[in-house]
Amino acid sequence: MTLLGWAQIALVLGCVVAAAIPLGRYIASLAAGRITFLAPLERALYAAAGVDPAHGMGWRGYTLAMLAVNLAGFLLLYAMLRLQGVLPFNPQGFAGLSPWLAFNTAVSFVTNTNWQAYSGEAALSYTSQMAGLAVQNFLSAATGIALGLAFARAFAGGGVKNLGNFWADFVRVNLYLLLPLAVLVGFAFVAMGMPQSLATYVEAHTLEGGTQVIPLGPAAFQIAIKHLGTNGGGFFGTNSAHPFEGPSALATALQVWSHQVIPCALALAFGHMVGDIRQGRALLAVMLGYVVVATALVYAAEAAGNPLHLAAGLDAAQGNMEGKELRFGQALVALFTATTTGASNGAVNAMFDSFTPLGGLVPLFMIQLGEVLPGGVGSGLYGMLVFALLAVFVAGLMVGRTPEYLGKKVQAREVKLAMLAVLVLPATILGFSAVAMVLPAAIGSIQDQGPHGLSEMLYAYTSATGNNGSAFGGLTADTPWLNTTLGIAMLLGRFAYVVPVMALAGALAAKPKLAPSTGTLPTHGALFAGLLAGVILILGGLQFMPALALGPLAEHFVLAAGKTF
Amino acid sequence: MDMSTTLTAGRTRRAALVSAPLLRRAGLDAFVKLDPRHLVRNPVIFVTEAVAILVSILAAQAATLGQPWVFQAAIALWLWLTVLFATFAEAVAEGRGRAQADSLRRNRSETQAKLLLRPDDRSLWQPRAATELRTGDLVLVEAGDLIPSDGEVVQGIASVNEAAITGESAPVIRESGGDRSAVTGGTLVVSDWLVVRITAAAGSTFLDRMIALVEGATRQKTPNEIALDILLAGMTIIFLIAVATLVGLGSWNGQPPSVPVLAALLVTLIPTTIGGLLSAIGIAGMDRLVRFNVLATSGRAVEAAGDVDVLLLDKTGTITLGNRQAAGFHPLPGVTEQELAAAAVLASLGDETPEGRSILGFARDRFGVPAPALPAGARVVPFTAQTRISGLDLPEGSLRKGAVDSLARALGTEPPAALRELTDRIARQGATPLAVARDGRLLGAIELKDIVKGGMRARFDALRRMGIRTVMVTGDNRLTAAAIAAEAGVDDFIAEATPEDKLGYIRRAQAEGRLVAMAGDGTNDAPALAQADVGLAMQTGTQAAREAGNMVDLDSDPTKLIEVVEIGKQLLITRGALTTFSIANDVAKYFAILPAIFVASYPELQALNVMRLTSPESAILSAVIFNALIIGALVPLALRGVGYAPVGAAALLRRNLLLYGVGGIVAPFLGIKAIDLLLQLMGLA
Repeated sequence: MTLLGWAQIALVLGCVVAAAIPLGRYIASLAAGRITFLAPLERALYAAAGVDPAHGMGWRGYTLAMLAVNLAGFLLLYAMLRLQGVLPFNPQGFAGLSPWLAFNTAVSFVTNTNWQAYSGEAALSYTSQMAGLAVQNFLSAATGIALGLAFARAFAGGGVKNLGNFWADFVRVNLYLLLPLAVLVGFAFVAMGMPQSLATYVEAHTLEGGTQVIPLGPAAFQIAIKHLGTNGGGFFGTNSAHPFEGPSALATALQVWSHQVIPCALALAFGHMVGDIRQGRALLAVMLGYVVVATALVYAAEAAGNPLHLAAGLDAAQGNMEGKELRFGQALVALFTATTTGASNGAVNAMFDSFTPLGGLVPLFMIQLGEVLPGGVGSGLYGMLVFALLAVFVAGLMVGRTPEYLGKKVQAREVKLAMLAVLVLPATILGFSAVAMVLPAAIGSIQDQGPHGLSEMLYAYTSATGNNGSAFGGLTADTPWLNTTLGIAMLLGRFAYVVPVMALAGALAAKPKLAPSTGTLPTHGALFAGLLAGVILILGGLQFMPALALGPLAEHFVLAAGKTF
Repeated sequence: MDMSTTLTAGRTRRAALVSAPLLRRAGLDAFVKLDPRHLVRNPVIFVTEAVAILVSILAAQAATLGQPWVFQAAIALWLWLTVLFATFAEAVAEGRGRAQADSLRRNRSETQAKLLLRPDDRSLWQPRAATELRTGDLVLVEAGDLIPSDGEVVQGIASVNEAAITGESAPVIRESGGDRSAVTGGTLVVSDWLVVRITAAAGSTFLDRMIALVEGATRQKTPNEIALDILLAGMTIIFLIAVATLVGLGSWNGQPPSVPVLAALLVTLIPTTIGGLLSAIGIAGMDRLVRFNVLATSGRAVEAAGDVDVLLLDKTGTITLGNRQAAGFHPLPGVTEQELAAAAVLASLGDETPEGRSILGFARDRFGVPAPALPAGARVVPFTAQTRISGLDLPEGSLRKGAVDSLARALGTEPPAALRELTDRIARQGATPLAVARDGRLLGAIELKDIVKGGMRARFDALRRMGIRTVMVTGDNRLTAAAIAAEAGVDDFIAEATPEDKLGYIRRAQAEGRLVAMAGDGTNDAPALAQADVGLAMQTGTQAAREAGNMVDLDSDPTKLIEVVEIGKQLLITRGALTTFSIANDVAKYFAILPAIFVASYPELQALNVMRLTSPESAILSAVIFNALIIGALVPLALRGVGYAPVGAAALLRRNLLLYGVGGIVAPFLGIKAIDLLLQLMGLA
């Protein structure tokens, strides 16, 4: 670790916070319907769809509308991927995807996971990328943000029946937030050297006399939304490590900024929406606190290097550089890794499979903690609020009152729904992983022996269920078994989680809003932030410890003992 | 009556926690409660029992097959002990209540009631078993009779010994009409007679409810308890998943851990500590209230008490001593204070009211002159509602005292401006002026003051730190009310309060999202008592008030509302603290068990054995033993409740997080290590 490395990390995170502050205020205005610079276009869209944006929806209506949009998106994308061979803008003449892969990919992009069992430049046409995946990048992100805003509205007052209008939120988030930011960031990426082209791949003749196919495509703007919407699905197979997808340290820094800024801004927007910005700051502090700790752990583990290499007399100055790009360096890789897994983004600019065991444990654990640090756009906010409610419940009793969060009592129904949501991750991740580790059809996909092999499988289900989408590597994922089960894991991670969460929002909204007093547990200070961080670790993380002990932790100690597999 | 001694002893709050016979009985009950049909109400302990059964079977199987079985049997034994500690905790808590219930039940004897056949004829009655009475029946109760059931006096006046309920043996007056018309089944008429209309059906009388309550027999889970149960059940499922999936995950590299070992891991991870103590905490909380002589209709009400933000307290009798007392002599110009005092003393000689006596007392304290005996030939002029003045006629002259206007009118003069000024000043300070005249000449005024009870200001300050606003309710005018409110240190007051004002105030506060508690006794308090989130009715109050409130104070001391709030808070804090402790324990248990259970696959994981436990078996066993013993160790805390200090929520959270959160992380490290050392010393490790 170097001072310069830490300066880079601090600079990027500083830029995130600096931008999140005004953006948070902006999103709160957007949620209140006060942003209107595209009003004619907005009205035309509502008119075409026959929607009344002023019509408030209860949690059921809101959730059903959301599910309908996502179902339609899934069907459309599935069809497009299957029919890719006959659709235009296919200069390389790629055939349609197999049913398994098309299912997996469609689910993946609809759920904002962007797990990729394919390699973009070797399998997808420009139509599939632009009209299929990139569109879902916007829609799945807007879905998440709309749900986050709806959840925030539950705290607005007492006896609230409607959580907003899904269609209005969905349209406004796209028009006023995602599109403008994607345009700005997209141009910046073009300027940094990313291609934005519909041309056929270029055939280059190398100095050695060989030939090399250089893939192109409408990449820059898709990459912009890939980060802004915490989607993470790379245009190219190697994602942000590809020279066209991560051309420079500056580009990688801007990508980190892009996948952090909206989730962080949403925490602050929540503060504005509930009329107490300190509430938003407390959530943001927990999110960024974890990001900093995770970055430090990855940075330390990777900078220290592989003990076996060091024992063999390799230069220790660079640390463990296997699977990392020299142009990024250890600091930006560590920051990218911590943020992309904490933010449910899933883009990668290095290969986790090549990390040291502890360096690989951190991204795995960040996802398992529930994708709330700061989490996906919108999903990070509602996920964090679920933890906040549980933290308030456990600790709130300790101040001698029925626990309440922002004036809403947390009682049996709320606890039940929150626990239902929290159950989804361990049940899906551990359940599927345990089955996979004894199933020959699944074990065949694993590349490595020993605990590392377990990490590869565990990571895949963790990434899918957490709707993260990053790959650990070392796993042959394009098999019917993995395509199907990972697809199911993604669906459970998104919708089995979000339905109880929206029911929770409905239950909270309907409750009277109690006035705070000095007897009320304060939920804005450092004490609460610390408590929340602890609850996330204990309720979100402890259950994964036995599995982690068999995977990366075992690998760490085995490696330290000089043993390999 | 031995009943009264039991309850009086119970009222001293530091009663011994348990007695030897109670423990013996609880020890037996702990085994009876192992019945899975009973345990299923408690998911955490139910799972523990299921696992204990499973491991027992495996141990027995291993023993019959000649395989090593001692370790498995040891785990099984401690899993059973874990369950037993939990059932024992509940049994002890219930036992404490049952001891009270048994003595109460003796009063619910098979009374024969005298059922009146005609409402207007007391001579015509027929005997009828108390258990067969129906609501609306009229019964005659005469001196020496036990009142057969709860009811309302419709005719007569009698003194009643209510020691069976209140523990207070001095008889109280019960009469028809007014605020003292409610009678309670099981109490004894000592003199005279009453005609009572029965208001409670057999089995649902006050006494029945009280018995059911202290026994915990009909105990329903309270809202917070249900929510906590769900959290614990959820955590149990989560850890069940985490442990069960180790069978699959562990088979990747070598053998998965054996079932007894996984069982040990599961039981130590699920929140058995709070799961085992939860119902004991709830029962003990109700019990604390009953020992404090307050009876809640449900556990829900006790929890609501902890949530209260606004306390409505009557001024008279709650904030101030019941009666006004003399606090100063204010002579008019040209009159000395001694002259005025001497006149006031004489005017009050025949006045037997507390106010009159306080004038004598004040004069004595101030001038050291004891009150003279009533002079010969003196004639007392009593206070009447018409004249509103009182005094003394002596052969040498007359003395009068009374409200300024009344006295002036009686003397046929206008009060002088100086007196007006004087009395206004007194009124502004929240006191009541009483003019004194000798031989028709006004001498000055006595200042009668509401005396705020000692320590009230400090208690209101404490309440404010807890986030609770106190509101004084009084019939006084605004001026007086404001002065007393300022002196007592309440946050707000309702002056010239009518029952409607109280109701309106409560509704407004509730609309702002506040929870309100109040105490009351009269029939006109009933609507407000019903509207309040916590309504504490006085045992001496009317039946209407007692029905409307959700708590009854057997001592009829409205000040106890404050303690009721504290008991409610303490109950919630105890639950929260032990939950936090229980969950925090998991960290250390991981460090003990994880390296041990994977020792076959990855011996290198011993690096995580930071406690340096002797062997994998000892590590697992130590964790299981600690997990069982901690339940037993915390039973006294669960029964007594954790300490509560009236400080703000932030300070309380910091303190309890440190104590039970950080303490919960550290304690098992020490405990498990100690048990491991002990096992090693005993040669078992």
